[in-house]
Amino acid sequence: MEPFTKLTATAAPIDIVNCDTDRIIPARFLRKAREPGFERWLFHDMRFDAQGNERPEFVLNQAPYRGAKVLVAAANYGCGSSREAAVYVMYDYGIRSVIAPSFGDIHYGNALQNGFLPIVLSDAECQRLREQLHAQPGAEITVDLPAQTVTGPDGSIYKFEIDPAAKERLVKGLDDIGLVLQHIERIEGFEQRYFAEQPWVSV
Amino acid sequence: MARTLFEKIWDRHVITRGAGGDTLLFVDRHYLHEGSFHAFTALAREGREVRSPKQSFAFDDHYVPTVDRHLGIPGVADAEARGLIENLARNTAKHGIRHFHMDDARQGIVHVAAPELGLTLPGLVINCGDSHTSTHGAFGALAFGIGASQVKQVLATQCLWQKQPKSMLIRIDGALPPGVTAKDVILAVIAKIGIGGAQGHVIEYAGAAVRALTMEARMTMCNMSIEAGARAGMIAPDDTTYQYLAGRPHAPVGEAWESALAYWRSLPSDRQARFDREVGLDASRLEPMVTWGTNPEEGVPVSGAVPDPANEPDASRRARMESSLRYMGLTPGMPISDIAVDRVFIGSCTNGRLEDLRAAAAIARGRKARVPTVVSPGSRLVKVAAEAEGLDKIFLEAGFEWRDAGCSMCVGINGDQVPSGERSASTSNRNFEGRQGKGARTHLMGPAMAAAAAITGRITDVRAL
Ligand code: SF4
Repeated sequence: MEPFTKLTATAAPIDIVNCDTDRIIPARFLRKAREPGFERWLFHDMRFDAQGNERPEFVLNQAPYRGAKVLVAAANYGCGSSREAAVYVMYDYGIRSVIAPSFGDIHYGNALQNGFLPIVLSDAECQRLREQLHAQPGAEITVDLPAQTVTGPDGSIYKFEIDPAAKERLVKGLDDIGLVLQHIERIEGFEQRYFAEQPWVSV
Repeated sequence: MARTLFEKIWDRHVITRGAGGDTLLFVDRHYLHEGSFHAFTALAREGREVRSPKQSFAFDDHYVPTVDRHLGIPGVADAEARGLIENLARNTAKHGIRHFHMDDARQGIVHVAAPELGLTLPGLVINCGDSHTSTHGAFGALAFGIGASQVKQVLATQCLWQKQPKSMLIRIDGALPPGVTAKDVILAVIAKIGIGGAQGHVIEYAGAAVRALTMEARMTMCNMSIEAGARAGMIAPDDTTYQYLAGRPHAPVGEAWESALAYWRSLPSDRQARFDREVGLDASRLEPMVTWGTNPEEGVPVSGAVPDPANEPDASRRARMESSLRYMGLTPGMPISDIAVDRVFIGSCTNGRLEDLRAAAAIARGRKARVPTVVSPGSRLVKVAAEAEGLDKIFLEAGFEWRDAGCSMCVGINGDQVPSGERSASTSNRNFEGRQGKGARTHLMGPAMAAAAAITGRITDVRAL
């Protein structure tokens, strides 16, 4: 996993409340292997019309926001289906961080597994950032994970909270499996006791 | 100290606690489906083995066709879908994982088939790379959906790092009026607390109305916990649970059953146990529910009307309602029962069980469908049981299509789609934009309500039919 530390990049506003993972990547593309070109499915039905042409009104189709690496979204971003492809598709587009007032729980966890930083700021802060991004298309935002801060286009600094263990994994690019296998003796001991006490669990 | 059902199961599965309050949790059962391919690909890339293949079970469900199943895998017309089905077969064979493939008599949607096989039991931690894993909580298990990286992690280690979620009690007192089902209860819960209302929480459903529900109805409720944003939903096991499980193919027997039962009886939340949040609902005031918008919280009783955004004081809520109504092509204030539908879908992991099909058949009996209607049983065992009761004949005589088992039109990725711009009455769980097909307009409701819509071609209060 790529470590995540600090990033200064163009940010794009996504104003949709409850932007579910079906919108981030519609279900009919879940069958696609993750290979070059995968980013095409990102926000597909909002980004492209029935003929496959770009919809000019969609934010990522507008020149200043193209290639944004940060999104500032609205409440309950990534709710719904557990599809991790919703993270892959953002990542493959180049996005590395989403700032929102709240996230679907599974989506939040999936992001952390992929070197992708989900940031929770208040509703008012997110709204202010989105307004600034609309007012100054192409404006940059800085996300600093070690310092746990976001710097808006106007230089305002916002503090965010993140679980210390999740932060360490992201900053160091650590893999969860590696962290589990450090405890292999404990796991084996647990399993022996557990199945001895509850043999009915075994199929 | 007094503990909740959730806390008892959580504590029992803690292997160790890591830095920052993370818990390494033991996973009893891991369910897989064709969509799990990203995890297998990553596992192979990293050169890892499956640590406990006997604790994983795979089902073909999302991509299987619901017609021409006698042709087997070669009969899957869609080459990409066929590839995913073959891929799961290859991966499960390679790692020695039990696979209920599309030709198996026990195949079905993982959340329908695993419980009926007795794989899902009280007190277990169950994971699956699917958000509706919450279904299995109906048995008093802690069951939650995970993403592909965590599927890989469970395959490789049989454990998961997790932060302990908060707990929430939803107490539903009173008795359900006739014609009101578990689907209506859960849609009413979601309408009340919102689709982010239970974020970060594990819900326990309790109260007289929940106690009175059958296992199938409890599964319908727990299934849609994710639609309120919950990490999981659960219901304490009781005699209804044990009666359902006794004699199921993979349920424990003899002494093992007795010792399991003794443990299961210790699971219900202690009287003094505290929840982080509590919500109450009076069952006796509920009506059949129907969604009008593009997320599951946008639901109203069938006797109601499409809400008018003009009456919504909050600007952002108003904008959301307007956008939902635009997509759905509905006029504010119009009675729900004036909404004409183009097609009907009865099935899915929410409402594809025998009881659901019985409820739909009771409405279809002796009547004729006015719009194309597809019935897809949640599993092949459900299909066989329904046919033994003659439900297939009732449906066919009413002009409904009687299909094979799978996710079908719930998500449309096997090809069973609602065409763009068409309106469907559906017993599934998500009415998101494009969920049943690009441009599809979905109204969620219970199975009898969906059958009534098929008969009249409009959304109809089944109690008046
Ligand atoms: S029936 Fe629908 S919700 Fe259930 S597992 Fe299949 S696609 Fe998911």
